[in-house]
Amino acid sequence: MSVLNELQKASLSPSGGQTGPEKHPMDDFLRMDRMPHIWCSTCGIGVSVNCFAKALEKLAVPLDDVVVVSGIGCTGRVAGYVKVDSFHTTHGRAIPFATGLKLANPKLKVIVFSGDGDIIAIGGNHFINAARRNIDITVICINNFNYAMTGGQLASTTPEGSILSTSPFGSFEFPFNLPFLAESVGAVYVARWTSLHVYNQTNSMIEAMKKPGFSFIEIVAPCPTIFERQQKMGDGLDRLRWYCENSVIRHDAGTKEADIRLRDKLIVGKFVDKERPTYLEAMNAHYQERLGPKYKVYEG
Amino acid sequence: MPVRQREKPFGLPKPETPRGEIVILEERCKGCGFCVEYCPHQVLVVAAKYNAKGYHPPQIQRAELCVNCGFCRMICPEFAIYTYEPRTGEKP
Amino acid sequence: MKTDPKGVLTGSHYLDGDFACCEGALAAGCRFIAGYPITPSTEVVERFARRAPLVDGALFIQMEDELAASIAIQGAVWAGKKAMTVTSGPGFSLMMEHIGLAAMTETPCVFVDVQRGGPSTGLPTLPSQADMMQARWGSHGDYEIIALSPNSPQECFDLTIDAFNLSEQYRVPVMFMMDECVGHMMERVVIPAADKIEITPRRYTKLPPGQYLPFKPAADLVPDMFKAGDGYRLHVTGLTHDFRGYPVMNAEVQEQLVHRLVDKIRLNAPKIWRFEETGVDDADVVIVTYGITSRVASEAIDIAREKGIKVGMLRLVVVWPFPEPRIFELACQGKAMVVAEMNYGQVFYEVDRSARGKAPVVLAGHGGGTVHNIDDIVKKIEEAHRCRS
Repeated sequence: MSVLNELQKASLSPSGGQTGPEKHPMDDFLRMDRMPHIWCSTCGIGVSVNCFAKALEKLAVPLDDVVVVSGIGCTGRVAGYVKVDSFHTTHGRAIPFATGLKLANPKLKVIVFSGDGDIIAIGGNHFINAARRNIDITVICINNFNYAMTGGQLASTTPEGSILSTSPFGSFEFPFNLPFLAESVGAVYVARWTSLHVYNQTNSMIEAMKKPGFSFIEIVAPCPTIFERQQKMGDGLDRLRWYCENSVIRHDAGTKEADIRLRDKLIVGKFVDKERPTYLEAMNAHYQERLGPKYKVYEG
Repeated sequence: MPVRQREKPFGLPKPETPRGEIVILEERCKGCGFCVEYCPHQVLVVAAKYNAKGYHPPQIQRAELCVNCGFCRMICPEFAIYTYEPRTGEKP
Repeated sequence: MKTDPKGVLTGSHYLDGDFACCEGALAAGCRFIAGYPITPSTEVVERFARRAPLVDGALFIQMEDELAASIAIQGAVWAGKKAMTVTSGPGFSLMMEHIGLAAMTETPCVFVDVQRGGPSTGLPTLPSQADMMQARWGSHGDYEIIALSPNSPQECFDLTIDAFNLSEQYRVPVMFMMDECVGHMMERVVIPAADKIEITPRRYTKLPPGQYLPFKPAADLVPDMFKAGDGYRLHVTGLTHDFRGYPVMNAEVQEQLVHRLVDKIRLNAPKIWRFEETGVDDADVVIVTYGITSRVASEAIDIAREKGIKVGMLRLVVVWPFPEPRIFELACQGKAMVVAEMNYGQVFYEVDRSARGKAPVVLAGHGGGTVHNIDDIVKKIEEAHRCRS
């Protein structure tokens, strides 16, 4: 078997970016003129973007109809790297922006890609209301347990006891259990995976994007520069090994048991997959009933 | 009679193990080590050389064992490695 | 181009300002409103909630807070619709971050602020005009917006259409500054036939994907727009960005982008200014006013003229960008100015600055809660007249 060593063929561009004939199969989904991306070595966000690109490929929707919306933060930078119509909005407000996009043009496939602080702390109100309304969007939340972009502050998903820059003596706050929260506010698809579970992540993304209604995927990712370093847990690879040892796939688990503690077992799986009419389906059905033939079905 | 002979029907082709060719885009690698760690057949090792960014990219050690599972492609955060099937060109 | 007749309620109606504003939005082609209830603006969205299901392609959603409302409309704009949101003082304060986002990403949308007594919760059911400076300076950073101020329900209808047209022409968020009085007063509103209403269509690019640069300005400093789903696959961000829309963090791109955002309005300001002058030519004192106060001021002018003082009125229809050269011109002619507004001095400072010391400027203001007392304005006119001599 031969080995193709791209270094022998390619020449380096001054920025270290890609030149020459080497091409990765996922390059068509990425803005190659902005590569390399800003995420640290062994960060889990790049893995999720890789899975997302594969999910888009397998889903085979026209990429012109796919829109990615993100907020502010390390995960928020995903919108800048995926080669679809993408919007990098304000902190916490990716979900209402996505709501406006989807309701104004229901043919778009809208995916919100953002971090834990962005979605559930500052954006918490929008998260619970969009899930309640069952707006047809997919929310992928990469949970690295802190506000990494700003230097590693305490987040509402930080496990108890974590040492971060705004909890220098350890956190004493109880964190959110995101699958439990998502299920209780009415999300129709709730799953949690780690950065190690790449096939599961990809399949979940495909299922979530296919499913009409508010789908939520939480991805527990390592943050080697900040979270893992502060908790003395090694780097991203050590953390993946930890996920391998300590994560348990339990699709039948009630989301109530899916709390995350700092050095305890981690439950992952597809917890919720149910059916509920989406906002537009409910709206059209309701107005047709109340207003009769005067009402023309809303299609965008 | 050995069990295997009893189970196998006669005349059918033997199942073939898939083969994969590996392409490493060394200049993109940021040395995370995920592909080396999680290749199911330990095909890769961390190379001794550096790339221009100062990281050690992966290096193919036992190329004949690659079965085109695609796990290295999937878990790489930098889009720096992929495999393909040499006859069909399939990229998992 | 002419507007879509489906949203136009042609005829003569007896409506209040809020309802007229909603009809104006529908007539202008607005098909998406995201709102949040707040007195005294709630009637605008209540009417839209009633009208939207029966107008093709219109959708109303009541969001969970003003922050969500102000950004949901921007999502709708990027999906191809015209969108508006409606609020009052406390909600306007909440929307400030997203007004900045709309200015930075050059998203055309309309923000209606039906001003009420402030600050904070203030007087929910009583008027004031104390958000005028906030409309201009509320969000952080350097940016420019356009603000209009109607003084009657008929103007609420007409100027809402103008607000949409200006926002599409300059790709800028437009602030529609009503006040509770104009919003809740009922008067005759004549809505013309659809083919008599001119609207400015959104200027989409004609270039194919690959050639089109989303933030490269045309000759009038306004870039052509695109919408999500058209195959352009472009990035829009609130970070400082270059022509491609990609974030670039350095001083050169900041200068290239933000200077243009500001110049877009400042250099086009002479085409945007709009004010109404009555009896200014022979006047010694000019009352500068806007909104409901202008109607009280007209009465005050009659009383003052009977007393022998020659008074005229300059009513601002477009408050921002502010018509500084006209004020300076009047000041150079030796006319004293009285700024009548329902606050403790906001547009007053603009008039004072524009006069550049050439003429005395007097404030006839009060904290809101009721319209001006006519005698107070007359007293200020007399004071200005005395200052002048």
